[in-house]
Amino acid sequence: MVVVNGVERTLPGGATLADVAAGLGVAPGEPGVAAAVDGDVVPRAAWPGVALTDGARIEVVRAAAGG
Amino acid sequence: MNGDPLVIGGRTLGSRLLLGSGGFRHPDLLAASITAAGADLVTVAVRRVDRAPGGILEAITAAGARVLPNTAGCVTAREAVGTARLAREAFATDWVKLEVIGDRRTLLPDAVELLAAAETLASGGFTVLAYTTDDPVLGARLEGVGCAAVMPLGSPIGSGGGIRNPRAIGMMRESVTVPLVLDAGIGTASDAALAMELGCDAVLAATAVAGSREPERMARALAGAVSAGREALRAGRPPRREHAQASTSPDGIPEWA
Repeated sequence: MVVVNGVERTLPGGATLADVAAGLGVAPGEPGVAAAVDGDVVPRAAWPGVALTDGARIEVVRAAAGG
Repeated sequence: MNGDPLVIGGRTLGSRLLLGSGGFRHPDLLAASITAAGADLVTVAVRRVDRAPGGILEAITAAGARVLPNTAGCVTAREAVGTARLAREAFATDWVKLEVIGDRRTLLPDAVELLAAAETLASGGFTVLAYTTDDPVLGARLEGVGCAAVMPLGSPIGSGGGIRNPRAIGMMRESVTVPLVLDAGIGTASDAALAMELGCDAVLAATAVAGSREPERMARALAGAVSAGREALRAGRPPRREHAQASTSPDGIPEWA
């Protein structure tokens, strides 16, 4: 079980940060998206190599109108 | 701007009017307003992808402006620092408009958390533009921890209340040497002109444009006001006098006996 953008999710074994982002509708190469795991920002290029462990807290963000 | 460039964090900006991207009825209106304003920097917020439909970034870059990410909605230094780090990765910029809000009703900044976040980010290599209350002492402290610009509010966010305490903004101009950007409270053109006449280096407008009947026209009006206010400041206002002062001497006036 992991928490993705505040929602508890059960992921298949071996799921990576890239899989989670794709599941949220982030297109490959979409600009202006970033992710953090347990409070640490993970560079985009590293997403496919980041396996998510049980209890991980994942945030995936993009630009929103504001300010 | 020719011959009078605005430089923040070592970078020359193309305009003294910054725009917020929130509240527009359609991305096309935002893009048209950016063009009409001649804005070089446009703020965006950072939100979870499931709450942000996307497309805002494209609208801004298509209009020829650059993105200035903010930490809108953050209430602690920890949140703001985390959001700034995500923004740096997402938008490939180390610029951040730092907001740390202390009260949901007034949206006024939390001075303690703001200063802590500013210090962490500035020492971590960020170019920090700090949204703050119109406090000359806090402004100096923000500069002291390395902020590249200080952004005092004229009145609360979204209130359109103009500049409630012009003397405080004037005092900030004396206490802060980095660029001063009037942020929040601009309601119409005269507010923007006043900000510049008080010595601000730039103005950030959001609701004034997005919430107007004709955003594109208001963006153009604000750009003119910013330019006029800047020119008036440089020209130098003659001192105010309590009483009238004739511009022509009474010497030589003809007599009618």
